[in-house]
Amino acid sequence: MTTDDKNLRPSATFPKAVLDEIHRAADEGIYEIRGFGAKRSLPTFDDLVFLGASMSRYPLEGYREKCATNVTLGTRFAKKPIELKIPITIAGMSFGALGANAKESLGRAATEMGTSTTTGDGGMTEEERQSSKILVYQVLPSRYGLNPDDIRRADALEVVVGQGAKPGGGGMLLGHKITERVAGMRDLPEDIDQRSACRHPDWTGPDDLEIKIQELREITDWQIPIYIKVGATRVSYDVALAVKSGADVIVVDGMQGGTAATQDVFIEHVGIPTLPAVRMAVEALQELGMHRKVQLIVSGGIRSGADAAKALAMGADAVSLGSAAMVALGCNRDAYVEDYEALGTAPGYCHHCHTGYCPVGVATQDPELEERLKPAQGARWLRNYLSTMVLEIQTLARACGKTHVLNLEPEDLTALTLEAAAMAKVPLAGTDWIPGKNE
Amino acid sequence: MCGIVGIYLKNEALNPDLGALLAAMLIEMSDRGPDSAGIALYRDPVPESSCKLTLHADGDYDWDGLQKEMAAHLAADVKLDVHASHAVIIAAADVAFVQDWLRAEHPELRVMSAGSAIEIFKEKGLPREFVSQFKLHELNGSHALGHTRMATESAVTTEHSHPFSTGMDLCLVHNGSLSNHNRLRRQLRDEGVDIRTDNDSEVAAGYLMWRLREGDSLEAALERALQDLDGFYTFAIGTKDGFAVLRDPIACKPAVMAETDDWVAMSSEFRAIAQLPGVGNATIWEPAPATVYTWGH
Amino acid sequence: MTAFDLRAESVRALNQHLHDSPMGELVVTNPGGKHCVACGIDADVDVLIDGHVGYYCAGMNKHAQVTITGNAGPGVAENIMSGQVRIKGNASQYAGASGHGGTLIIEGDASARCGISMKGVDIVVAGGVGHLSAFMAQKGRLVVCGDAGDHLGDSLYEACIYIRGKVGALGADCIEKEMTAEHVAGLNALLASTAVDANAAEFRRYGSARKLYNFNIDHADDY
Repeated sequence: MTTDDKNLRPSATFPKAVLDEIHRAADEGIYEIRGFGAKRSLPTFDDLVFLGASMSRYPLEGYREKCATNVTLGTRFAKKPIELKIPITIAGMSFGALGANAKESLGRAATEMGTSTTTGDGGMTEEERQSSKILVYQVLPSRYGLNPDDIRRADALEVVVGQGAKPGGGGMLLGHKITERVAGMRDLPEDIDQRSACRHPDWTGPDDLEIKIQELREITDWQIPIYIKVGATRVSYDVALAVKSGADVIVVDGMQGGTAATQDVFIEHVGIPTLPAVRMAVEALQELGMHRKVQLIVSGGIRSGADAAKALAMGADAVSLGSAAMVALGCNRDAYVEDYEALGTAPGYCHHCHTGYCPVGVATQDPELEERLKPAQGARWLRNYLSTMVLEIQTLARACGKTHVLNLEPEDLTALTLEAAAMAKVPLAGTDWIPGKNE
Repeated sequence: MCGIVGIYLKNEALNPDLGALLAAMLIEMSDRGPDSAGIALYRDPVPESSCKLTLHADGDYDWDGLQKEMAAHLAADVKLDVHASHAVIIAAADVAFVQDWLRAEHPELRVMSAGSAIEIFKEKGLPREFVSQFKLHELNGSHALGHTRMATESAVTTEHSHPFSTGMDLCLVHNGSLSNHNRLRRQLRDEGVDIRTDNDSEVAAGYLMWRLREGDSLEAALERALQDLDGFYTFAIGTKDGFAVLRDPIACKPAVMAETDDWVAMSSEFRAIAQLPGVGNATIWEPAPATVYTWGH
Repeated sequence: MTAFDLRAESVRALNQHLHDSPMGELVVTNPGGKHCVACGIDADVDVLIDGHVGYYCAGMNKHAQVTITGNAGPGVAENIMSGQVRIKGNASQYAGASGHGGTLIIEGDASARCGISMKGVDIVVAGGVGHLSAFMAQKGRLVVCGDAGDHLGDSLYEACIYIRGKVGALGADCIEKEMTAEHVAGLNALLASTAVDANAAEFRRYGSARKLYNFNIDHADDY
């Protein structure tokens, strides 16, 4: 088979992209490091559809007839659980990976929408604590900037075991982004390439994590919820172990989850898609009688109200946005095209967060580039996007006759592909068949 | 992930108290291991012409009937003591003969241990329940290992609980998680080692049994394990005369040892040892990584 | 002076008291290896813990002076911000993990990973330390009068290590460095302030070779 009149015949095993990568590796002698999430095609929520009301079910009228969206997180042990107005949170992204303006934009939008943001591998900034009414403070393997004062002024803690982009890997930040401020917060020399640990320094395994969580509870006088975040791999075991370790909330991040910098080989080849991860997590909670008692937040390529509604229908209590929030702030927007070109990319294709030269001022420490994202504008963009998502979720939920978005259930869904049917344990459209279930 | 405990009595006068001492240690480890508990006791060794086995049955079992049947078929003296869901059998017969007979005639029974002194009990549920079910406070012995389980990758069942028996009077308890146990399991099965579950710890036990069968000493087998096993582990191994402890080279999983004139104890956390008599004068230390420690008579 | 007997009262009650109204001195008896004793203190208070403690004793300590007469379990004084924690016995692994400031003194031996990920704390050990001590240590000083185990200072950043005894194999990017008069003076001051009897002139200094600071294919084996 040939592609054009020059009779060129490509190899499916060695296409141009693979050839280019081998040449690059031969030139540079190092794995490719990049930002963003998995770019390869994966089963997603697109392969599930809702069964809206018709004769046997009654839909609700929009606007007038109630469809509530509030969620409470951390009811298991915390004295002060978190009340969210919407079932969408902003995921952990570090100051360092993102600039201060981006962090402030996230905080302001989240506050307006009545939801939370999350710190990242660099610790808590004043901007984020001031601008974000509900702030979740991450405890990561690196422990950069971790301190009890910030712990005491956090609204929740999130112990990060891993993230979807790189389950089993640690944080990474390249020299150009380790500015004076970032270096100061992380206790690192400026301009070096940060190497981070992949395991926590003072505990290994869920039996020791249980004691670590006790310590965090003691330090916070048992007031605030403690989350555990895992990248989606052996989700069934991990969720059960997170429950046994004493988590109030579990965050499961599928392989589509993004990052500002890590090895491409990690992003594309480790972890399972978010779609089966949700089902596995919900089943594990149900087996322990903990569904809805230990809340589940799901992330990893959540892009729209449709994705969120489907995750909720499968049993999640909330979804979390990383990449999508950045896109709302301008990531890959069609502007400053010459700057994308200077990086060797173009709007719509950019994954160059790791360079620090983000053309739209989101994933950068460069003050000139940061100017391109004014917090007021960023906040408005993100607030609009979140509002749109919420309206979409409500539209779908009302179409299924639900007065609360958490009343969506798996039986409201059907699958368009065999993979989605097997992964979500939802019947293939037009049949009763769930591959692997009722053979 | 789990809690492991072990106690070896140097002072025989304490032998009647072994069960009570072990019970206190086991209960302290409940947080680390809420799913199931198990112990290996070394007590009342039988004469050379006899053998001792611990059997487990599901539900209500006619142990009396079994005792009579065994005595008749083996044409030998058979004593049977029931302990909750388990029974300890002492038969004046060759151990291989007895095991073959059980395998053929009573496949519904699980052989938990075989040897001359060892008794292994394990059950699902909290340590506190286990201790009361098995009346641990009433049991004597010279040394014992205990384990409380937080299941990582395999099911919570009696069969999946520790200790795992590796051979005559041998057993293993494990805190940690192996990462190459699936390939090892296949290799060991090819070598004729009987591994019944998908539990990683059973693979470690099976590995030791294989090396011992091939003629390695316990120390040599454990040294070789350091090369062949991937993962994080603290192992405590019970032998007829004492016990051994091994930590992997990276040694992230905890291990504490303590010794007085009367006993040697080990545990995942000091607080299990904190209640032993005379602990105020104990030497307390941590076993070094990749180093085999043994104690014995 | 306040007293807490941990056989009669809970660790929770002790910690709540230490967070609410700590004053002057406090004595804790019968700790029995319990976890999270005296963690998260944020006050200039003296705490004496008479016995052995479990994990994370004095975790995230600020301003307080905490003394443990027995041994400490894993993670003692983890993430310490300021103040002083002194252990008269031995410390288990991860002692002083990710500590930001203040001083941790161990009169016995410390185990593996002493000072892992440290970010500014000073740790002085009168005995020896186990393997992988000062792993990824970023800032601060680790001082060991006894021997150090293998892989000392593996993946080291800018923390400074002083060892008097023997050192096992050095970790990636950790090398011996010159002990100048300034280093000797600074170390003597630290030893004096922590009442650890040793002469700085007998110590050797170790630090980062800084070859892993920017990725270079020729050092790939060290990653």
